[in-house]
Amino acid sequence: MTAATPNLDRADARNAAREARKRKLQAFLFVVPLLVFIIFAFVAPITTMLYRSIHNPTVANLVPETLAALAEWSGDDMPDDAVLIQFAADMKRMANDRTSGKLADEINRALPGMSSVVKSTARALRRVDDAEIASNGATLLKDANDRWADPATWRALKAAGKPYTDSYYLTSVDLERDADRSIVQRDTQIYVKLYTKTLRMALIITLLTVLLGYPLAFYMAHASDKMANFLMVFVLLPFWTSLLVRTTAWIALLQTNGVVNSTLMALGIADEPLEMLYTQFSTVIAMTHILLPFMVLPLYSVMRGIDQSYMRAALSMGSKPLGAWYKIYLPMSLPGLSAGALLVFIISVGYYITPALVGGTDGQMISNIIAFHMQTSNNWELAAALGSLLLVIILLLYWLFDRFVGASNIKLG
Amino acid sequence: MKRFPEYFTFWHIAGHYGLRVFAFLVLLFLMLPILVIMPLSFNAEPFFTFTEGMLALDAEAYSIRWYQEILDDQKWLLAIRNSFVVGFAAATIATVLGTVAAVGLSSPWMPYKRIITALLLSPMIVPLIIIAAGMFFFYTQFNLVGTYGGLIIAHAALGVPFVIITVTATLSGFDRSLFVAGLSLGASPVKVFWDVVIPLIRPGVISGGLFAFVTSFDEVVLVLFLAAPNNAPFRARCFPGCANRSIQPSLRLRPCLSCSRRRCCSHWKRCADVPQR
Repeated sequence: MTAATPNLDRADARNAAREARKRKLQAFLFVVPLLVFIIFAFVAPITTMLYRSIHNPTVANLVPETLAALAEWSGDDMPDDAVLIQFAADMKRMANDRTSGKLADEINRALPGMSSVVKSTARALRRVDDAEIASNGATLLKDANDRWADPATWRALKAAGKPYTDSYYLTSVDLERDADRSIVQRDTQIYVKLYTKTLRMALIITLLTVLLGYPLAFYMAHASDKMANFLMVFVLLPFWTSLLVRTTAWIALLQTNGVVNSTLMALGIADEPLEMLYTQFSTVIAMTHILLPFMVLPLYSVMRGIDQSYMRAALSMGSKPLGAWYKIYLPMSLPGLSAGALLVFIISVGYYITPALVGGTDGQMISNIIAFHMQTSNNWELAAALGSLLLVIILLLYWLFDRFVGASNIKLG
Repeated sequence: MKRFPEYFTFWHIAGHYGLRVFAFLVLLFLMLPILVIMPLSFNAEPFFTFTEGMLALDAEAYSIRWYQEILDDQKWLLAIRNSFVVGFAAATIATVLGTVAAVGLSSPWMPYKRIITALLLSPMIVPLIIIAAGMFFFYTQFNLVGTYGGLIIAHAALGVPFVIITVTATLSGFDRSLFVAGLSLGASPVKVFWDVVIPLIRPGVISGGLFAFVTSFDEVVLVLFLAAPNNAPFRARCFPGCANRSIQPSLRLRPCLSCSRRRCCSHWKRCADVPQR
């Protein structure tokens, strides 16, 4: 009905086109409900997070008049007294409706050490008369703390007052702006190192799953059906066991007086217990265990489809086993290998639970720092910026996966 | 003794048995944690190691006290109930929407198929911590944080990829002419879908729904960010500091990881009433 044969006249072609459009629309309508749901429940939240990483209106909402007055100021010497009086009035208002703490947190991020300055000034101005502030606010402010006489303080306030900022992204790659607004390295280098460490750990985990998973999948693919199904149970059982249970089982195994240490000591291999838990080592081991099925399953399904007679032919003609494997089997099993490796790498880059439980301080990954900024340090904008960078890495890998493997080829066992 | 082909040398045979030994060692590695954790749940002592009595197979050293504790503790029972409620609701939403969408996606007429499939499968790929952070910011605006609704929506989104994968896999073997035949005989698309398509793809739908349920049941990160104390499911109570005392007694030995502000804080505090150390 769609193929346009020469015998069809124009009306037929129009009809066919209309029919095709109708079918496209029909198919699309099936997807619409889920698409709407996913956009609300999943895409919109992540977009909000991306937006939050560049948008922080807290200061702009707290002291709008002061910032408006500061807009004219050049930034070289002290702002006019009118600005200081306006800010003193704002300070008093914030001290009374208990929002000065918020301002203190925000300015402190732009200029460390300002938190206590803002808080003490708020206390000092809280009970002062409105008329007194209007006439004498600038002096009062400088008396409360002499840092208000420093132009750098006002530059920090002005910088913190911008609703849109790239400062969180700069922080998340260990950069900052100095007094001249040019980009320089931060004194403390944390996040680049952390990203490198996360990627390195993910790579090690991927390599380990390949080393362990490939021979296992090979053995299973070449065993009899009955044997393969029996062995599959042992791959799927851990796969289906709760993540928390498996992670805590590794605590039982690796702790100082745990199963592994007891065994090593009983065998005389180690004289004293090894410190394995709460290190990078324990994170890598536990994650390798958790992600191994994601490697074995796609490998197995690809290997199952490889005709064994190719290998037999090569061996019978005198090829060495490793040579035959490298030249003949490996290229044919590559689709499964790349699918498994990419999947394991993608999942391990963003892993949170296992490093949080068995990683200690040494084995923390980027997700754990994002959680730290969400829950403990309450620097949500930085958490959002770090998360956005992580998301970019993941989406890049996902794009590769989709390109080479196809997103719809993810196997579930 | 297995018979090998004549052209096999010693190294071929050594490789054959070496591979077998290695494969079994890897399987042991896979099973070891499960083999260890199960007996430990019957430990009579509140420690997470094998006591000497347990190694000597002394009946006294084993007990079911931790299981008893779950059944006696109102908080544990509530958490288990929450897990089922949230899991069932989330799996239902994911299965219904996912099945309908999978039918559209496997149609040869579907426009932008590749990008839409990638989008619908992405909840499986994006790290949970990013999803949790984003949902926390976004759901707060709708007062969904700390409610069953918010958690159900979040978990349904996580379950969608599993339903899509299993149902499209089943549909790939589905003969579309059956759909056309139904339509040509005068049935409405909805009726054809319900009476013809659904019975044929039921196995895929059911396994997709199970996947979605298990995903929700086993999920912790979103719960830690989105749940209030009284609707925190079972898994969150298993998280350290909250001490799943039956299955993981040693979790009690670790202090609360962190207390966040807002909802999570009260949640953690409530967990902290379990004695530490």
